[in-house]
Amino acid sequence: MWSLLQIELYKISKRPRTYIAFASIAAIIFIFHGAFKADGSSYLNMLLQSAGDTFDVDRIKIINGNFMCYLILNTLLLQIPILVALIAGDAISGEANMGTLRLLLTKPISRSRIIGIKFIASVIYTMALLIFMALLGLFMSKVIFGSDDMLIFRVYGESSEIAQITKDDIMWRYVLAFGYATVALTVIAALALLLSVFAENSIGPIIATVCIVIVCTIISNMNVPIIDRTVKPFLFTSYLVGWKGFFYIAVDEENIPIKGSIENWPAIRNSLYVLLAHIGIFFGAALFFFRRKDVMS
Amino acid sequence: MNELLAVRDLSKTFGDFKAVKNLSFTVNQGDVYGFLGQNGAGKSTTMRMLLKLIRPNKGEIKFFGKKIELDDYSMLQETGAIIERPDLYKYLSAYDNLKLFAKMSGIKATKQVLMDQLEMVGLADRYDSKAKTFSQGMKQRLGIAIALVHQPKLIILDEPTNGLDPQGIADMRNLILRLSREMGKTVIVSSHLLSEIEMIANRMIIIHKGEKVVEGNVSNLLDPAKTLVEINTTDNTDTLSKLQSTKWASLLETSNKSIRVRMDRKAVPELITTLSQLNANILSVTPRHSLEDYFLSLTNNDTHVEPFTN
Repeated sequence: MWSLLQIELYKISKRPRTYIAFASIAAIIFIFHGAFKADGSSYLNMLLQSAGDTFDVDRIKIINGNFMCYLILNTLLLQIPILVALIAGDAISGEANMGTLRLLLTKPISRSRIIGIKFIASVIYTMALLIFMALLGLFMSKVIFGSDDMLIFRVYGESSEIAQITKDDIMWRYVLAFGYATVALTVIAALALLLSVFAENSIGPIIATVCIVIVCTIISNMNVPIIDRTVKPFLFTSYLVGWKGFFYIAVDEENIPIKGSIENWPAIRNSLYVLLAHIGIFFGAALFFFRRKDVMS
Repeated sequence: MNELLAVRDLSKTFGDFKAVKNLSFTVNQGDVYGFLGQNGAGKSTTMRMLLKLIRPNKGEIKFFGKKIELDDYSMLQETGAIIERPDLYKYLSAYDNLKLFAKMSGIKATKQVLMDQLEMVGLADRYDSKAKTFSQGMKQRLGIAIALVHQPKLIILDEPTNGLDPQGIADMRNLILRLSREMGKTVIVSSHLLSEIEMIANRMIIIHKGEKVVEGNVSNLLDPAKTLVEINTTDNTDTLSKLQSTKWASLLETSNKSIRVRMDRKAVPELITTLSQLNANILSVTPRHSLEDYFLSLTNNDTHVEPFTN
């Protein structure tokens, strides 16, 4: 099993497209760093327009490494599904396209094992992307912008709210947030893998995955009561940004943030259950169809 | 002779199209087993079913007497294959491709073993070159090395000479003969190039529209006593009339273009002597004894384009 996984990772590492995702992430983060280093105050003024009068904004250095990482996560975690689909969508269809699927399946390895290995390799790739993002987004941001307390801006319709998390209460939240993001992106990997089973070139499943994510994200962001009740709870895209929950800190009766707390842990837990269920469904379907697939390529 | 592979009533349907119908055949250890059929006859589908690339609708496959169930992959441990063309990981070198597939087969081969394998197929000097730089013939030979890397007992080659130049075809033929005669492998090889099969196979099956037409020893099926000899002279009409008065008269067959004699292949020199004695100006004497006539006669159908005559 380990040997097969090594082979799969080796194959992924040898493909140029693997590094497109890393290069894209690095480019976006460097642009963020450059822009905020040059003119972070304008962005800050915009953010504080509604809360600036009531919040002690001088007390902490708002644009710091922790805050930057939060911003980067907010931006990138919506785009990373595309990068994950690039690899997972290619897992089976890419082999079919190259013709190597025939050769691969004539080796004495069960199809269940092959697709299992491909799925694990996709998850490892997803984790590698997130670790890379963490290294650049969190640690490099800290090196460039320093470390300090972090402000979280939340918008509720017309009103907004700012919460402060002290710098010694942040790291564990990032660890859990990246863990959650891994699960969320694994859903995308499982979906892309499932679509990959049916295709004989990579473009189809990659585009199909991205389209499904876009359509579901639009539905998840609709504010229509009937969709809120009947559709949204079952869409994985409704839970992709659940990692933010780790930064929503609980407050006491006097509205003072409680260090080490999470505002709504049950909601995060339930989101994880839904995401894990999607992984199970998508991977189970991929396994079912791949085992029965007639390889004609 | 030990039975290595026994296939019984194998069938496969794609929608309404019956690609393979109740196909049965037996391959013995040490055979070079020719799988003949025109394009679309069901050869590749059958081979893919043997290799578990396609799930049969019904039928039974026994390997060394053991029935192979749908989810039993043990047969693949003893089987190496190239289906149509050996598509490789183009971005990897020949050596890395071989090493990777050796690992997939559960083999921990040393560098020397892998290099020996590349040497056998004549690619040792290109071990470090990426597969994308290889010609079709070189890819085919690397495919053979990959098929052999785990020392299988059975090798399945589907149309291995497709796309090869004459030298590549000759190399492939020699390789198959080496596999059989020097390494004792059992080889199933399909082709629609009948002359190739004729040169390498000792047993064969002909399938047509998914059904078995005939199976047996190539030497029996060829039947040299039924060789068709085509004679062309400067004056065929005159030569034909002279031949009517010889012992060959009863063996003559009518033809518009040439003189044809259905005869024992061994007697061809005697026929040429007769023609000389009759003072026929011989342009050509062509023994068409091969499987080709046999194959075409068995699989003759009406799906071809009519010849252009003007």
